[in-house]
Amino acid sequence: MTFSAKDLVQGVLNRHRRSVARLMTAIENEDPNSRAAISELYPHTGNAYTVGVTGPPGSGKSTLITQLAKQYRKEGQKVGIIAVDPSSPFSGGAFLGDRIRMQELSTDEGVFVRSMATRGSLGGLARSTADLVSVLDAFGCDIIFVETVGAGQSEVDVVRLADTVMLVMAPGLGDDIQAIKAGIMEIGDIIVVNKADRENAERTMLEIAEALELDTERKEWTPPIVKTIATSSEGAERLVEKLEEHRSFLRKSGMGRRKMKGEIQLLEAVKARLAEKVVADLRVDPTYENMVEKIASRQLDPNEAATILLNKVIEKK
Amino acid sequence: MRVERKIRALVAKPGLNSHDRGAKVVARALRDAGMEVIYTGLRQTSEQIVETAMQEDVDVLCLSILSGAHMTLLPRIMNLMKEKDLNDVLVIAGGIVPEEDIPMLKQIGIAEVFGPGTPTDVTVNYVRNNLKRKL
Repeated sequence: MTFSAKDLVQGVLNRHRRSVARLMTAIENEDPNSRAAISELYPHTGNAYTVGVTGPPGSGKSTLITQLAKQYRKEGQKVGIIAVDPSSPFSGGAFLGDRIRMQELSTDEGVFVRSMATRGSLGGLARSTADLVSVLDAFGCDIIFVETVGAGQSEVDVVRLADTVMLVMAPGLGDDIQAIKAGIMEIGDIIVVNKADRENAERTMLEIAEALELDTERKEWTPPIVKTIATSSEGAERLVEKLEEHRSFLRKSGMGRRKMKGEIQLLEAVKARLAEKVVADLRVDPTYENMVEKIASRQLDPNEAATILLNKVIEKK
Repeated sequence: MRVERKIRALVAKPGLNSHDRGAKVVARALRDAGMEVIYTGLRQTSEQIVETAMQEDVDVLCLSILSGAHMTLLPRIMNLMKEKDLNDVLVIAGGIVPEEDIPMLKQIGIAEVFGPGTPTDVTVNYVRNNLKRKL
């Protein structure tokens, strides 16, 4: 039985959970009708507060999100969670295990959890995730958490679209902290040191505080560092306080941030559509295979090949 | 570049089992076959499993049973699936299930039961060839 895009849109607006699930699948599979569905739902979005949660594997993101969800549920707020995990570049499949830590939320009618694989699309991850967030937003979620491992640029782009970015670190993850400091620290609005009962917790907090001091760009908001022990829900209330503080801060800053996000979304969508269209055309070009062979035998460098092919494709239009 | 339709599978362990080696083997095999596998861990209630299957909009539900409680757990799950209108999800079971109980399970809607030691490609191929939902 197939559902029409119209039915799904109505279903989502009528708070029908299965419609939400079905529409998310249609969007991920880029079903032709899903674009129209998103357009119809878009005016109904903008109410949800989105939190991007990222950090190295093993830092406890899923457990932490579960604790935060429970806090928000106590206040009667509806929670949406999207957990993103990498697709295997070899098989194209994915092992989506974040729900293991979130299962107690499964039977709470006020929570919707969806697992998503990165699918290795040409930079389309941020766009698909944003679309899924829109569905949850239109469905009526008050707060939406998006969890990624943050290991690559695509995943960083995902969290850039959130209102608040929460960076979750844990002591003892060693070199990962160095690597993360290089890139992601700049986008963290709240830094969490989870597993704070571990030995190196204090040292980790000092390292992070130092790294933040070097960041002179941001003057209006100083990212707080919050200690938590997600498994015992310690620090969860304080973390919610900080989330709400940042939320107020954003409200006072007005349209600025929304416009920035709007622009990011537009550029992401443009890039993704362009890439899809152009690559499809390139692959059917008769000289494509020949170009590939020339690159492999070092007769032609990839950039030159790209320029030649693109000129051909653009000329045709 | 066309996005190919991925098969989404839920591998779940209802009941009070204490180890999930078999379930993980199947989960990995499905992933290596290109599927997106949601794995929910041990000790799931029937309600949790069915709600998860619905939220994740899976094409196939793989139930791993070791405790011998299949005669109560599986019918309960199939009833919930019906209630939630999830009749187009392929449901298979694996683990320790006595031969004589298999016909009854098939009657309630479990498409196939795979015993321990079933080669993973048998399971993978079965799923690929027996999906109820069109790709």
